[in-house]
Amino acid sequence: MALRVTLGILLTLVICAGIGFPLSQNPQHWYELPVIPGLEEKARLIFFHVPTAWLSVVAFLTGMVFSIRYLRKRDPLDDLRSSAAAGLGLMFCILATLTGAIWAKFNWGSFWNWDPRETSIFVLLLIYGAYFSLRSAVENQEKRSTLSAAYSIIAAITVPFFIFVLPRITSGLHPGSKGDPDGTGPVLQFTMSPNMRVIFFASLAAFTLLFIWMFQLRVRTGKLEMERELQQAP
Amino acid sequence: MSEPLTVRAEGLRMVFNRRVIFDGVHFTLGATQTLLISGRNGAGKSTLIKIIAGLLTPAAGSLKFSGEQGIFVRQSLVGLVAPYLSLYDEFSAEENLQHIAAMRGLPYDRDRAHDLLRRMALFSRKDDAVHTYSSGMKQRAKYAAALLHAPPVLLLDEPMANLDGDGTATVRAIMDEHRREGLLIVATNETGDVDRCDERVDLNALR
Amino acid sequence: MRSGDMKRWLLSVRGIFLKDVRSELRTRYAVSALVMFVITTIAIILFSLAHEAAPPEVLSGMLWVVIFFGAMSGLSRTFVMEEERGTAMTLQLLAPPSAVYFGKLLFNVVLVVALNAFTVILYLLLVAGFVVRSADVFALTMLLGSLGFASAATIIAAIIARANTKGTLYPVLSFPILLPLLVVVIDATRSATEGAPLAEAGGAFQFLISYIVVLTTLSYLLFEYIWKD
Repeated sequence: MALRVTLGILLTLVICAGIGFPLSQNPQHWYELPVIPGLEEKARLIFFHVPTAWLSVVAFLTGMVFSIRYLRKRDPLDDLRSSAAAGLGLMFCILATLTGAIWAKFNWGSFWNWDPRETSIFVLLLIYGAYFSLRSAVENQEKRSTLSAAYSIIAAITVPFFIFVLPRITSGLHPGSKGDPDGTGPVLQFTMSPNMRVIFFASLAAFTLLFIWMFQLRVRTGKLEMERELQQAP
Repeated sequence: MSEPLTVRAEGLRMVFNRRVIFDGVHFTLGATQTLLISGRNGAGKSTLIKIIAGLLTPAAGSLKFSGEQGIFVRQSLVGLVAPYLSLYDEFSAEENLQHIAAMRGLPYDRDRAHDLLRRMALFSRKDDAVHTYSSGMKQRAKYAAALLHAPPVLLLDEPMANLDGDGTATVRAIMDEHRREGLLIVATNETGDVDRCDERVDLNALR
Repeated sequence: MRSGDMKRWLLSVRGIFLKDVRSELRTRYAVSALVMFVITTIAIILFSLAHEAAPPEVLSGMLWVVIFFGAMSGLSRTFVMEEERGTAMTLQLLAPPSAVYFGKLLFNVVLVVALNAFTVILYLLLVAGFVVRSADVFALTMLLGSLGFASAATIIAAIIARANTKGTLYPVLSFPILLPLLVVVIDATRSATEGAPLAEAGGAFQFLISYIVVLTTLSYLLFEYIWKD
């Protein structure tokens, strides 16, 4: 209950602030956001696009943790948790890819350029797709849980390799990638103005709460479905 | 000095697609004893056999073989003949025996293999590919494969499947011989297959 | 593991490996299809290029595309055959999972090295623009790349062998896992065509070796869960 209320309030505030706060060249008031040359109004996307990408990674790691637990204890609930997390991860991954593509179109003229960050979110999308393809291809429930758990662990292990390999892919357009003269980007370098930073981290927190809430809902629903199946079995 | 061979099962429970197949299976079996597993079709006889063979892990309960430890224990202890266990049909019967011995990490005992093939009336066809065999011949070949490494525990699932009169007589003789020193576990619908048994698990009662 | 067990384990691995080899020689399911596949794919590439000069990056990439799909055609055989012919349970009764894994891995290593050697030779002979200037970098890249392919593709093959739509599922599951390997190996191949010295490619080789080690270890740890019911 507390979670829902906090989430509702926080997310509403973030959305209002992110979309509503006016931009001005010389921010005087706390509710004014600076104008970033080249981005201007489009900068607002950072409050929404980055958290979705962040969540798709969080969901992936969550799924992997529950996969490991499933292989150890064979508790069907752990498999439920793993696939619930993965389902949310897939959704946020699609959102991140789409919002990223839209931003790319408005900023750099084309929807997709295979720069490192775009490529990595795409690879994550492929992994989610593979995970669900595997799940739908196995009829036996215990086998499905075991195989998808094994696959998510294997996929997780290749992520560090992929991150290492990223710089070899063409230097990117993304703020913060290799070819960007401004360095590693506004988030890591903390060049965001204080009030932008507040909204940004608040957004990150709000989205994380959103993930937790949706995750709990999905697990609860899944448990109910499992119980209903057991009762229906002859 | 190794302890006498026993198999002890306690509280075995099996779940398949989240449905319980059986629960609370107990038995203890020692050398020269026979266990009969009976039940309707679908009661889980083959599932229990697979658990004893080490092919399936039970959802709960324990199954213990007394004796030595090591990574090849279950593979050395058990020989299984079952409808769902196929040989490599691109190879001949003798080649199957050679590969099976090699895959167990054991040397190939040619004399013993030939004896078995003769006993199962396959010696004349031992160099023909198994896919050319009749179903009765394939069943007899499975016996040769299961007995090659002289397992102390013999598991038979539907032992007389596909066999004619001669075949069933041979299998009865094998069962009698095995009972002299080893453990025999038989799963079948035909209670006539087993002349005597010391323990019985009736899966109809254990759902 | 005691020494007696260890020796038996090694013999078992060898037995499993040799069984697969003899089975393949007897039936020739995989080899003939793979040879035709490689020839056909390279022919398609030649037709598409149509005497146009393609830059070395493109040609290096295409070589590995052929290798990727060749691997996808051939490396699942060792597990899928056991499932389809009903012998998976037989094999489970004969040897512990670790022996099965390494036996099958060994088979896939031999298969992929042979297949890639064949592919590379054809590619070098037929694709005009593709000239290797550093033979040592190229050879090491091909060898380590093949081993990397085998290590990733074998465990995925074990997974899809238990699923329904094996054929189409295999590349879908394998590609994300093989992607880092592909990036490094394509880049190293390109630098081999440009004549880079061995020292320059050292980073790539370190990467490939760690990839092979990590994936093989993880596969060995996970295999028992995948293989046994």
